Amino acid sequence: MNTVNTTITSEVGQPEEAVVPISDEKPAETVIEEGKTVGKPFADDPKFKLRDVDVFYGDTRAIKKISLDIGRNEVIAFIGPSGCGKSTFLRCLNRMNDSIDICSVKGSLHLDDHDIYDPKRDVVELRARVGMVFQKPNPFPKSIYDNVAYGPRIHGLANRKSDLDEIVENSLRKAGLWEEVKDRLDANATGMSGGQQQRLCIARAIAVSPEVVLMDEPCSALDPIATAKVEELIAELSESYTIVIVTHSMQQAARVSHRTAYFHLGHLVEVNETNKVFTSPEHELTESYITGRFG
Amino acid sequence: MQPANLLLLTLVLAIVAYWLGYARSRSLAMPLGGIRHLKSLPFYYGARAALWSGIPALIVLGLWAAFQGKVIQLIVIGGLPDGMMPASQGEASLLLSKISNVASGALPPGFAEAPIVDAAERLKALQAQSRLLMSTLVISVAVLAGFLGWLRIRPRLNARAQVESILKWVFFACAALAILTTVGIIFSVAFETFRFFEKVPFTEFFFGSHWSPQTALRADQVASQGAFGMIPLFTGTLLISAIAMIVAVPVGLLSAIYLSEYAGKKVRGVVKPLLEMLAGIPTVVYGFFAALTVAPFISDVAASMGIEASSQSALAAGAVMGIMIIPFVSSLSDDVINAVPQAMRDGSLALGATQSETMKKVIFPAALPGIMGGILLAVSRAIGETMIVVMAAGLAANLTANPLETVTTVTVQIVTLLTGDQEFDSAKTLAAFALGAMLFLATLLLNVIALKIVRKYREQYD
Repeated sequence: MNTVNTTITSEVGQPEEAVVPISDEKPAETVIEEGKTVGKPFADDPKFKLRDVDVFYGDTRAIKKISLDIGRNEVIAFIGPSGCGKSTFLRCLNRMNDSIDICSVKGSLHLDDHDIYDPKRDVVELRARVGMVFQKPNPFPKSIYDNVAYGPRIHGLANRKSDLDEIVENSLRKAGLWEEVKDRLDANATGMSGGQQQRLCIARAIAVSPEVVLMDEPCSALDPIATAKVEELIAELSESYTIVIVTHSMQQAARVSHRTAYFHLGHLVEVNETNKVFTSPEHELTESYITGRFG
Repeated sequence: MQPANLLLLTLVLAIVAYWLGYARSRSLAMPLGGIRHLKSLPFYYGARAALWSGIPALIVLGLWAAFQGKVIQLIVIGGLPDGMMPASQGEASLLLSKISNVASGALPPGFAEAPIVDAAERLKALQAQSRLLMSTLVISVAVLAGFLGWLRIRPRLNARAQVESILKWVFFACAALAILTTVGIIFSVAFETFRFFEKVPFTEFFFGSHWSPQTALRADQVASQGAFGMIPLFTGTLLISAIAMIVAVPVGLLSAIYLSEYAGKKVRGVVKPLLEMLAGIPTVVYGFFAALTVAPFISDVAASMGIEASSQSALAAGAVMGIMIIPFVSSLSDDVINAVPQAMRDGSLALGATQSETMKKVIFPAALPGIMGGILLAVSRAIGETMIVVMAAGLAANLTANPLETVTTVTVQIVTLLTGDQEFDSAKTLAAFALGAMLFLATLLLNVIALKIVRKYREQYD
């Protein structure tokens, strides 16, 4: 199977995924060799070691033989046109796809040499280590304090109220939210602005001291100012966490990430240092995408 | 013509008006170059003609049918010779029924006085006249108004806007009908309740702990004075409702949680309709299930444990009522739980919470106001439930909290007070209205609270 070549046109499932050649010089015959990724997909001492990952939704193959390493304390951005599988791939990393009945994942996925998809593996422990921030801010309809304290309480991270207070304060500080909310920790989180809510969700995720934070288009529902704040936050967090961010904004990928991975119709086409991807992409599809020919 | 036939005829006329209006608008449009030169679609011209023809005719028909009886009666009574003029309301209605009996042939004319027979003849004549007049009037209104409507069809006429605004009023009338009915019921109950409180003091009804609704036939009768304390009835109602909720809330809620969070698609597809089937069982069936199966079973079990249980226990009625209410609680809760956004579940699961932690700490609290609303609606249903308690709860008004004893409820007492031959001005009968008013107030209060809570909940996510 690994030598089967597929042309893009034969892989087009939905109209919006279709490659629309604007000029004649880019015919739709660009060949993606399955499982082949140009650039630097591998690292020496990776946090995540992902090999030959396939994801199926029922009979549809959403991810096609992707191999990738994600380094420690690295910020890696997943970019690509809608429906290319970047979110699906992201959700494999903390097994959030488990709740979708028809979704199945094949291949080897390891976090620090532990198999993520080991049937005996405790998903709770995995998700405590790999936190996630979603596209739309989703604070619980509880107080700001309870939102942040939710994870620590579940995992028993604090023995005393004062410990919990400290965790909450630290997390909110790291998320750059403490000064804004310290006087109204008891207020309902749903009353905050969208940007604050998203930073609260980040605070909530880092309150359980994860090693990795997955972000699925964290700024797509935010205005430019809130986006700038969250991006700033990502840069600060990258000192202590591994961050995987899915984004539709190439500027954002360029601003926050160390490496960028370009996904196309379920294939991982190219991975490289961010500035390299955006200045001199190796693959013609990557080039087409970042120059705005499609996507 | 009978009003029912007349109604049909009016509808037929309206349909005819519809087709004529439709055809006229089309024929007007053709020389202009097609129906796109009309202001509205031909359908609206037709509908407008139909409404023009139907609505005034129906109004005339309704008013005529409502008032003709009263008017004819007045004329008939007014035509009686002076010596027979009824002195009171009661006498007048006796006289009228006699006259109408003669008129319908139930009472042979030979048995009635001559003026009555005359009056009967007059009644018959008047009725025939009235019917004829009504038919003519209604048909002519329908035809005339329909014709006017048809005549005024112009290509520039905005029939669509007119039809829409007429329909708006029709819808409003339907809503008003429902509200007016409610108001009417409230007033009739309130009126009788005031009459009751003229006979029985307020304090006795609200604070009396003894219920035995007797009224004396003669003034010197032994135990001529009844007792009208509603406390035992309300405690009985509350006891049975409480038992019902103890059964229904946990079972309903937990099954809702199972169905919405844990059950697979297939299981859900089978279990949910089956559970909702419980709501489709007639309450009378629940009633004999309670009386013939559950109650004897409970008293047997109690006897085997050496406890004495009545054969008509509050427990039996309450437990069966609870089973009846399960689908209420479960489907309302299921809806509310499903309305909690998936993002909440994802957020919690992504923090490493298990499914049950997510349920307990995020979904349930978020859904709680809605669930409370559902439960309160179920409580008001339990309080108002009648058939099961009539069959299974018994009649003895015991003031007790022991679920194994017989209690009676407000609804049971209303049924027993109002069934059979009753004089409608005794305290005994009027007590039923007072009880009904109290019950209405209690359930109204619960519904208002429930709706308030549900509404507050809705605001949170919209």
